[in-house]
Amino acid sequence: MSELTEHLVELIRRASTELPADIEGALQAARQREQPGSPAESALAAILENVALARRGPAPVCQDTGTPIFYIYHPRGMSTGELRAQIEAAVAEATRRSYLRPNAVDSLNGRNSGNNLGVGFPVIHFTEWGEDALRVDLLLKGGGSENVGIQYSLPYDPLHAGRDLEGVRKVVLDGVYRAQGQGCAPGVLGIAIGGDRGTGYVHAKEQLFRPLGDVNPLPELAALEERLLRECNELGIGPMGFGGQTTVLGVKIGTYHRLPACYFVTIAYMCWACRRARMDMHDGQVTYV
Amino acid sequence: MTTVDLTIPISEADIRALRVGDTVRLSGVMVTGRDAAHKYMIENFVRATAVPESERALYEELRRLLAGGIIYHCGPVVRQRDGRWEFVAAGPTTSIREEPYEADVIAHFGMRGVIGKGGMGPATLRACQEHGAAYLHAVGGAATLIADTVKEVLTVYKKDEFGVPEAFWVIRAEHFPVVVTMDSHGCSIHDEVEALSRQALERLLG
Repeated sequence: MSELTEHLVELIRRASTELPADIEGALQAARQREQPGSPAESALAAILENVALARRGPAPVCQDTGTPIFYIYHPRGMSTGELRAQIEAAVAEATRRSYLRPNAVDSLNGRNSGNNLGVGFPVIHFTEWGEDALRVDLLLKGGGSENVGIQYSLPYDPLHAGRDLEGVRKVVLDGVYRAQGQGCAPGVLGIAIGGDRGTGYVHAKEQLFRPLGDVNPLPELAALEERLLRECNELGIGPMGFGGQTTVLGVKIGTYHRLPACYFVTIAYMCWACRRARMDMHDGQVTYV
Repeated sequence: MTTVDLTIPISEADIRALRVGDTVRLSGVMVTGRDAAHKYMIENFVRATAVPESERALYEELRRLLAGGIIYHCGPVVRQRDGRWEFVAAGPTTSIREEPYEADVIAHFGMRGVIGKGGMGPATLRACQEHGAAYLHAVGGAATLIADTVKEVLTVYKKDEFGVPEAFWVIRAEHFPVVVTMDSHGCSIHDEVEALSRQALERLLG
């Protein structure tokens, strides 16, 4: 196995078994807000105990290790075909080591490939950037949360949601209401305004890499993120949908240009097990974030 | 809200004593089953005019395991060590996908409940009332914590046909933690939370 493949296996291990510190901190704060002994509080207590156990294992935080979604930022001249081959080798090896559950299923015959490799699986997005370094961002996105993702086309008449940020606010609240506890609340919302139906989800998922404390550089979006975080929690759905104070841990919004005729609002719902990890490689030196 | 220890097989009286919000620690032998398993049980056993000969042995085994028993909606991460299977990570999967099947499965096998996450719909709630069963909610994503309570993997059925996540894993658990969110008296925490959040949504939409 090549050196880069080994580093990628380690990146997958970290993503699967170590919950990021900002997410764990937000879950701890959420626990403090719930009534001791309530189903919501005991759910959060179990979640936090599980996070600690998984780290010690190391074992996957959640058995649904999801779709591995890679966002690759590579220097000029690097072969994306070769990168893809190394990523695929790493994914198969991480599956063999039980960091990942075999999750790639043939849509026609239902067969599981057994190693997480398949047509369009794992998902890899390549971007050439101006840096000398290679950056690999990885998100492990489980099926429960993926199933509650939703895309609205504005205007959306049932909610009187027009083509403006007030319309965006309405459909996001509706999307979180529809999800109830199904996406393993308290979740993180990655939201894209604009794009086409495909790029909307790609960009919405990219938002999930922003740390919870990250403030949107655009003031109107920063204000909307803050307001939506507060209002989603006023819905009272709570951890696992048991009712409670915390329904979402964070709201992150990005925008893409859109067609004059289209105004999509795309919500990528991420479960509380927001498994993201980053690896930077420069001059053969690797750092994990 | 109380905490109760129950051992599988569970009696009807014990299930009827549970109310939504109660915490239960389950011990005994249960079977995992999710999308492919439910479709298979419905097509081959529940709605079949005759059980196919090739499936008869598994049918008899499931009848034995599920009388007074529990199906766990779970697709685990597993590992084989010295020829024996182990559960590495084993949290619940979303249950609502089994809503078209579960009421009939509960009735057919005389089950006392299912474990999953996210709750289920009116047909399952009605089946819980009619047949004396409950919906037991495990904490979604608490995969390592739950795997720790799975003391032994006894056997697995249909692994090659359905794949690891979808197979019937027969497991022995000790003190598996769940919350009753749908009881045998027609109460559902999921219905209550949905109604309350609906009111909040309408207020926020203005």
